[in-house]
Amino acid sequence: MKIAVCVKQVPEATAPKRIDPGTKRLDRSGEGTLNPFDVHAVEEALRIRDASGEGEVVLVSVGPPRALEALRKALAMGADRAFLVSDDAAAGSDLVATTAILGKALEREAPDLVLFGQQSSDADGAVLWAAVADRLRRPLISQAAELTCSEGRVRAKRQTEYGYDVIEAPLPAVVAVSDAINEPRYPSLKGIMGAKRKPQETVSLAELGVEASAAGEAGSKTEVYALGDPPPRGESRKIEDDGSAAEQILSYLVDRKLL
Amino acid sequence: MSTLVFLEHHAGELQKDSLGVLSRAASLGLEELSAAVLGSGVRDLASRAGQFGAGTVYVCDDPSLEAPLPQPRVDVLARLVRERSIDTVLFAATVLTADVAAGLSARLAAGLNWDLTGLERQDGKLVGKRPALGDSVYVDVGWKSEPRIALIRSGTFEPQGAGVESKVEELTVELEDFSRAATMVEQAHEESEGPSIEDADVIVAGGRGLGSPDNFALAEALARALGGAVAATRAVVDAGWYPYATQVGQTGKTVSPRLYIACGISGAIQHKVGMQGSGTVIAINKDPNAPIFEYSDLGVVGDVHAILPKLTELVEARKAGG
Amino acid sequence: MILRPADYAPRIRSGDFVVEPTDPPDERIEVGVLVVGAGPAGLACAIRLGQLLGEAPELAERLGDVPVAVLEKGKATGSHLLSGAVVDPRGLRRLFRGRRIEEMPLLGPVMGEGVYFLTRRGATRIPAPPTMRNHGNYVASLSQLGRWLAEQAEEGGATILPQTAAEKLLAPGGRVRGVRTGDKGRGRSGEELPNFEPGSDILARVTVLAEGTQGHLTGVALDHFGLHGANPQIWALGVKEVWRVPRPLRRVIHTMGWPLRAGARYREFGGSFIYPMGEEMVTVGMVVGLDYRDVELSVHDLLQELKTHPLVRRILAGGERVAWGAKTIPEGGFLSLPSRLHAPGLLIAGDGAGLVNVPALKGIHYALESGRLAAEAAFRALQPGEAPGRRGALASYDDSIRKSFIWSDLKRVRNMRQAFGRGFWVGGALAGAMTASRGAFPPGNSKIERDSEQPLIVTGRAGRYPAPDGKLTFDKLSSVYLSGSKTRDDAPNHIRLRRDVPRELAQMWARMCPAQVYEVGEGEGEATVEVTASNCIQCGAITAKGGRLTPAEGGSGPEYTLT
Repeated sequence: MKIAVCVKQVPEATAPKRIDPGTKRLDRSGEGTLNPFDVHAVEEALRIRDASGEGEVVLVSVGPPRALEALRKALAMGADRAFLVSDDAAAGSDLVATTAILGKALEREAPDLVLFGQQSSDADGAVLWAAVADRLRRPLISQAAELTCSEGRVRAKRQTEYGYDVIEAPLPAVVAVSDAINEPRYPSLKGIMGAKRKPQETVSLAELGVEASAAGEAGSKTEVYALGDPPPRGESRKIEDDGSAAEQILSYLVDRKLL
Repeated sequence: MSTLVFLEHHAGELQKDSLGVLSRAASLGLEELSAAVLGSGVRDLASRAGQFGAGTVYVCDDPSLEAPLPQPRVDVLARLVRERSIDTVLFAATVLTADVAAGLSARLAAGLNWDLTGLERQDGKLVGKRPALGDSVYVDVGWKSEPRIALIRSGTFEPQGAGVESKVEELTVELEDFSRAATMVEQAHEESEGPSIEDADVIVAGGRGLGSPDNFALAEALARALGGAVAATRAVVDAGWYPYATQVGQTGKTVSPRLYIACGISGAIQHKVGMQGSGTVIAINKDPNAPIFEYSDLGVVGDVHAILPKLTELVEARKAGG
Repeated sequence: MILRPADYAPRIRSGDFVVEPTDPPDERIEVGVLVVGAGPAGLACAIRLGQLLGEAPELAERLGDVPVAVLEKGKATGSHLLSGAVVDPRGLRRLFRGRRIEEMPLLGPVMGEGVYFLTRRGATRIPAPPTMRNHGNYVASLSQLGRWLAEQAEEGGATILPQTAAEKLLAPGGRVRGVRTGDKGRGRSGEELPNFEPGSDILARVTVLAEGTQGHLTGVALDHFGLHGANPQIWALGVKEVWRVPRPLRRVIHTMGWPLRAGARYREFGGSFIYPMGEEMVTVGMVVGLDYRDVELSVHDLLQELKTHPLVRRILAGGERVAWGAKTIPEGGFLSLPSRLHAPGLLIAGDGAGLVNVPALKGIHYALESGRLAAEAAFRALQPGEAPGRRGALASYDDSIRKSFIWSDLKRVRNMRQAFGRGFWVGGALAGAMTASRGAFPPGNSKIERDSEQPLIVTGRAGRYPAPDGKLTFDKLSSVYLSGSKTRDDAPNHIRLRRDVPRELAQMWARMCPAQVYEVGEGEGEATVEVTASNCIQCGAITAKGGRLTPAEGGSGPEYTLT
């Protein structure tokens, strides 16, 4: 069974995050790391592969050439192979453009199962997998907090606002896993040292068969106009309890329609 | 413009946030405003949508839409958007609609802006506002082409009656094979303990100022009265007073409820970063210099042991009295 | 009652950290030379080895797939590196012969300097003591320099393994064969969590310990191989911040005096530094010897107090704090050097060996040079016909250290630090005499007492610390946050400490620690210390003052980038 895990390199959490005022996009220069949410997806893929005793875990990513360093961490955990689409023309891709690129990459790999992490620590979006599933024309399960694979079917416990659904789908399928699904393993030293030797392929858009016009800013259907400060929090009040604090809190809640 | 608002529903009720989005669209004067209600046994709900400004309410009522799964909805909406030349589709973000909106974006190659906390019309264009970088910066976003798709953050808009003449139109169902492949084996039922802290609209959080683990009962009572969840700080979780799953903060969970009530919490930055996206923050602490007062909307210097039970009582009374 | 922290020190047996390899042979990792610590000493060693092996391909091949491996306990290289710093370029020039200093990520040459004696409101310029003249030196961020050195090391063929702590020395039969790395994924009480990953035995022909201040295995090795010198090591604690400022600072500043107290009974030796970091940033730090005696002394709070002085306030005006961190510095100098820096199969370099010139506040160039010399000694001992595990095989390292500028520099200033134990004024006079006589006067060698043997006194010092205002002055917890530390809450406690101790001792620890790891409740009599180990930024102060820092899980602790 071939499992593809879509992963992303994001800026290091401790690096002061800034939006480049020129391009109005996240300044992605500087240290990068594997998106922490994707690490859960990698772990789940490894568990499924290890439980079945055979199979391959392929990492698929779109990013600058540096992204290979982040992919190496996932290789160190035990993934078998990394496949990176790297091209200047892909920079600034929005959801539509990213879906076009990832979709092509996944069609090439033709995996039985595609896994995503539930969001990205940089753009905080929680939507990519649904777009990719539609593009690949495959059934989708998102927010999986538990996942089992057997006999060509995948079964997940999905977390929603109302509790847990149990959803099943036949393979090939696309599943996005929540960070509650597992505790990722620490890469072993042997794994870290062996990661560099695992197959790592980088392709350009042209090699992948994606038109430059379908990628990057050219292929994006959304745009950013301006940056601004967050709206002011509003008046902040401080009161001392003279015995009526509870009543004052209540009227505060009522006034703001919070009750 | 021709705008469609997707109305989600649960247990026989139209979902409040989606009605809020519909109200907003109406107040912006978006022309040819319609709404869509998809599901099984939902015709009654459709008529209610007119009260919030939808001139046309499209209903697709079919057993295949009973389970709240996204892909069949993408099929129905995509066809609707194409056939009626709808140029804007708005969703209130939920687990379900996030998947629907993104699937629709791929199907129609339509731009999607998500996590919007504001929606405006500027120079004839639709402009969304969204936070970025942990709510420290706000970005104005737009669409380069049509159709446009937007996901609006939960709790952004309140429903407002704007009754208009509305007509209901029935849609037929035509689903792709792959959209039918995922099946609901067991659907979620209301959890008896209330929402988890990640999903809760209201959170009552307790810190060391509660004094003892037993006093978490005070926070629990208030949370129950408000229909919310209970969270805890790292200090009390470390001390074993409350489970790690409820820890909010840099090394715990990040939450952004509409209302966050911090009880006996000093508010060090490690805690703040886990809840700074909250809509309204009320802090109760007996130390007037506690850092939490620097970022709370309402700060109460007082004794949590006296204030919490009283507040709980008042909330319960109000809810009972209506 | 005289209270000495040393009387309450936990019992740690170094022997517990010296073991034989236990992994099955096919699971052991084998490398050629193993370097512990990706700081300037360790990376200089790796870089020099890369240069030497580049010219000796047959030897490189015999060392296997991984000829040089560098272990780093921090999240990434640079995560645990912190210094002032003004760097003497000698070390870099000798390591990178033929390359220009301008290619290296330094923050500019020192353009000017000033040394001031401060009072609460005033600042008197004093002539820079000769040991402190910085003409020809460069300002640097050690964390940033470390990252660049790591790239150079990797280009030379070294393998750097971050998030890996070296916990035990593998030394069967008195010969060092490598290290055992620490476990990951243990819970609060040491239990194995679901993602538990045991440490590994890493075997090497030569092991170089370049762990920096308070090096864990360095301490173990000094005990185990009997390498201690005539005097114990002593330390200072440095706490520093980096600020983005609107007006560039054009000179390097050192201060003495306020807020430290001059009287001999306080034993407050130290001062502050303010260095420009390029055009947009400055770094300001406070360094105080850990032989201080006041229970309420808090170097973090002294730094906050320092910033309220008009001289410093002016420099920081309109600015924003962007980094914070703390680390200890070995201060014993020449007199506290180990008797030997090698053992069978083992070399010790850098701050771990105590190679710091305290009056000049410099150690980075010694770290680089000692790392380079260690590489050369290791290279010699790996030649065909040599056996690095043989007694004395690595003795050429000590010889080369003795012949180097490290030795002559440290010897010349050997008594200066201890002179200041007699108070600022007497110390200053003695220091002047030492400088003038180039170390000949006063003759002989001072005796050094352990920091933890200093008796504690109470003076109400804490009453004068400024309350944090969140703009100029800051509390400890928000500072820990800024250090990037995100240590797992349920990680095992890596600090060995007696928990039930006299109240003043507990209070001393609470004040001493810049990261608020130790807390003591109100009350009377004996106290129980609360330890929040996840706040720890691994500065090492506790080891100097009655406790013991052991290696935390690899990858935990601060994530410095600008320090």
